Order: sequence, then C-alpha cells, then structure tokens
Amino acid sequence: MALYSEKVMDHFRNPRNVGVLEDANGIGEVGNAKCGDIMKMYLKIEDDIVKDVKFETFGCGSAIASSSMATELIKGKPVSEARQLTNKAVAEALDGLPDYKMHCSVLAQEAIESALKDYESRQEKK
Amino acid sequence: MIYADNAATTKMSDAAVQTLTDLLKDTYGNPSSLYEFGQKAKEVLEQARRDVAEAIGAQPNEIIFTSGGSEADNQAILSAAKMGALKGKKHIISTAFEHHAVLHTLRKLEKEGYEVTYLDVHSNGLVTASQVADAIREDTCLVTIMYANNEIGTIQPIREIGEVCKAKNVTFHTDAVQAVGHIPVNVVDDNIDMLSASGHKFHGPKGVGFLYVKKGIKVFNLIEGGAQERNRRAGTENVPGIAAMATALKESVANLDSYKAKLTPIRDKIIKGIGEIPHSALNGDAVSRVPSNINYCFEGIEGESLLLLLDDKGIAASSGSACTSGSLDPSHVLLAIGRIHDVAHGSLRLSLGEDITDEDADYIIKSVREVVEYLRGFSPVWRDLVAGKKEFIL
Repeated sequence: MALYSEKVMDHFRNPRNVGVLEDANGIGEVGNAKCGDIMKMYLKIEDDIVKDVKFETFGCGSAIASSSMATELIKGKPVSEARQLTNKAVAEALDGLPDYKMHCSVLAQEAIESALKDYESRQEKK
Repeated sequence: MIYADNAATTKMSDAAVQTLTDLLKDTYGNPSSLYEFGQKAKEVLEQARRDVAEAIGAQPNEIIFTSGGSEADNQAILSAAKMGALKGKKHIISTAFEHHAVLHTLRKLEKEGYEVTYLDVHSNGLVTASQVADAIREDTCLVTIMYANNEIGTIQPIREIGEVCKAKNVTFHTDAVQAVGHIPVNVVDDNIDMLSASGHKFHGPKGVGFLYVKKGIKVFNLIEGGAQERNRRAGTENVPGIAAMATALKESVANLDSYKAKLTPIRDKIIKGIGEIPHSALNGDAVSRVPSNINYCFEGIEGESLLLLLDDKGIAASSGSACTSGSLDPSHVLLAIGRIHDVAHGSLRLSLGEDITDEDADYIIKSVREVVEYLRGFSPVWRDLVAGKKEFIL
C-alpha cells in the first residue's frame, strides 16, 4: 500500500497549471512556512469565467497534488462555480488523501477563495 | 536503487541471516529447559552474550537482552530514576535532541515530579562535558546523553562526559543506538554505566537489542515474569534474533576501520557536492560525525516532496519535515540546533551503507541538485526570497 493514491502521485509528479500568471486579476496566498505549506493561486477571470489559473506551492506531495487538482477543477468554469469548490471535492478527485493530509485540500480550497476575494476587491475598486 | 536510510534501519548481513535461519530451524529449545534441546539454546544465548559484551568492552553478565533500543532506554532511565528517588535525588540531565525513547520517558518522569535539565546542543549539535559538570547538582541521579545523534550524526564527547559523571558519582547512561557497530565504543574507556543498542541498526534483525549495565548498578524489570536475564527481563529469550544480532555486531566491529575508511571520503564528497546548492546548510558538525550521515536543510522547499522525487529517482532517504512525521512540527533535533521551522521543513537525511559506491555518490549529488532546483521552481517561498521580499535564512 503506497502512501498516496496513483492520482495524487500523478498530480504530484506532473502538476497541472504550475507557475505564475503575469496578467492575473486575482491572486491569493494561504498557509505559512512555519507549518510547512504555502499555496499561491493566480486567476485570470474574464466575463465571470476562470479563463486561466496557475499555482505555486511550497509543501508536501499532497499539497502540490491538491493545488494542481484544484486548478483543474475550476479552470474554464464560471466564477460562481469556482466559489463552490470544496476541499472534499479536491480530495475526492484525487481518489482520497490520508486523514492527516486532509488539511492540504483545505488549503487548496482556501487559496482559491482567497484569490477570488482578491479579484472581487479589485473589481470593486474599478 | 540506492538505499540511503541506514539510520532508520539496515539490511541484515548474510551471516546474520544465516545465523537466524539456522537457529530458527534447528535450535528451537527454550534456554530455561534442562534437557539437551534447551541447553543447546542456552549455549547459543550465552555465546551471543559473550560476543556482544566483547564488542563493547563489557563483561557478559553486564548485558541484558531486550526487544530493542527503546526498551533498553526505558529500562535504564526508569531504573536510575527509581534508584535516585530512593535516595531523594530526582534531578536528571539530558539534552534537547535525544531520541524520543529517551525524551518521552523523561517527560513521563517530569509528570511524576522529577526535574530534567535539557542541555543546549549548540548550532553544531554537540554538548560539552563542562556543560554537564555545571549542570550536576546534589540531587542529580542520572545523566543520559546519546552517543551519536540519529538525525544529524554528531558524536558527543562521551568519554569526557563519562569522566565528569564518574568524578561526581552520578550514573551515566548513553543511547548508543547509532554508534554501536558504526564507531568504536568501549564502555570501560568511555566511563559508561549504562548503554542501549539495537540490532537492526548494525545489520542484525529487528526486535532485538541490548542494555549494558555496569556491575554494581541496579536496574529494575520493565517486564515482570520469569527469571530470564538474571531476573532483569522476563520472557523466553529470542535466541535466534539475539544470536543473529551478535553475529552482525561481531562483523560490524571487526570492520570498523574499513567502514570508516570507505565511508568518510564518500560522505564528505556528498557533503561538498550538495553544499554547492545555493542557500543550503549542513546540519551538525562536519567532523565529529558518524561516517554514514549527511543532513542538509534547503531553503524554500519542503522535505516530503523532496523525498518522493528522490524515491522516483531510486534514492531512499529521510527528512525531518513535519509532513513526513504526521505531526505539525518539524524535527525536534533540527529545532534544537537552532534551525527555525521554515527551513527545518526542508531537510534531507542521507545515511549511507557500506555498499555505497563513488558513482552512487555522484548520482545522489546530481539528483538532489535537480530535485531541489525543480521544487524551488514553483515554490512561492523561493520566489519571495529571490525577489528580495523575504530575507534568506541560510
């Protein structure tokens, strides 16, 4: 029995949407280095659609895989749908995470929430 | 596949496997039985005791076979504490970076009213004999300091510490799990009263270890029952395991010089090669260190992902990252030498075995460099450090 599911390992080894979005209009960063996990999400939203998304993560295998999966789940989706993303959905899409790693999926959800919040506050300022 | 986690456990030697399997098949008698089958097992057991004793400069009747290092640590510490309490002495001296078998036993004693002084191990992972001397009080009943650290491999000045304890008449125990079979250990020359060791750290089997108790030092049983081990450890002896451990120990001790001569240059080559990675730092003193240990912190990355990617490259290693332990805090050893959480999460321990080659070393260096660079490539922490938004720690 491996530590992680094959899905987790796939997303860890070949993370989707990794990197920086130079023209992002919503950026969120959660976690802290003291705890060993930081996730940063970059969103490019147009016409209420998540046109593009990228992430950067400092963290363990499941943190990287959770970020990668979360970006896949919201890419191309309406903002209203992205807002509904739960950590449970991220974990399920990864075929599960060990109990003590569930917080990684929570962090992914929070990173997206934080980026959406940033997007909204930028819109209000316009 | 390069197995570089020999501080976690080692592969059994061929000779130890041979001893174990032969005895499992043929020598199944109970050493406590009077008939031939039993007495044959008893002979094997007592030969193993002589071999183990000789390997550390002890007398056979000073060796108690246990289930491993943790049991030996527990028995030594709890016994010394109990003896101390009988004389009204309830102060113990140790260090902040002991193995959990020691630390958790000490914490239990603290809850029972003992006072423990944890000596600072400094940034190089070394404690000094004068620190011990300064900490000893009228009511000190035990000094327990590990011989070599399991994570960073630093070798403590055990002989000098033992001298101090002897002069002040305080019982001295050392957890020598990472030292026995790896560096020369002699309980008489090193002034050791009690010493714990574990078979599987020097190519013996798991589930077997021993406690050396100097003649005249009193220990109590942890396990009540029969009169085995001269009334100090009940339970039918694991004869095949004990004898296999003795075989492995004899072999390891006979090869100490070649082990050191082979591993030291390879260790130092890897230390140098990995050290060229920017913003990395060696953990623990570079010289007073077991020949097998390399331990680094890398800024901006996390240890578990480092290990998983090294595993993909065929390298088995370990890390002091919180994520690898299932707890929220990184290694207490790295914190004890002053590494802050942010960088302690990004640690890597390589513990080499005798079969390591120069080519393996090159491959390890190359692989670690690649993986660190790759992970830094999408680490938001690294980005902030490079952009000057955060200050480098290493």
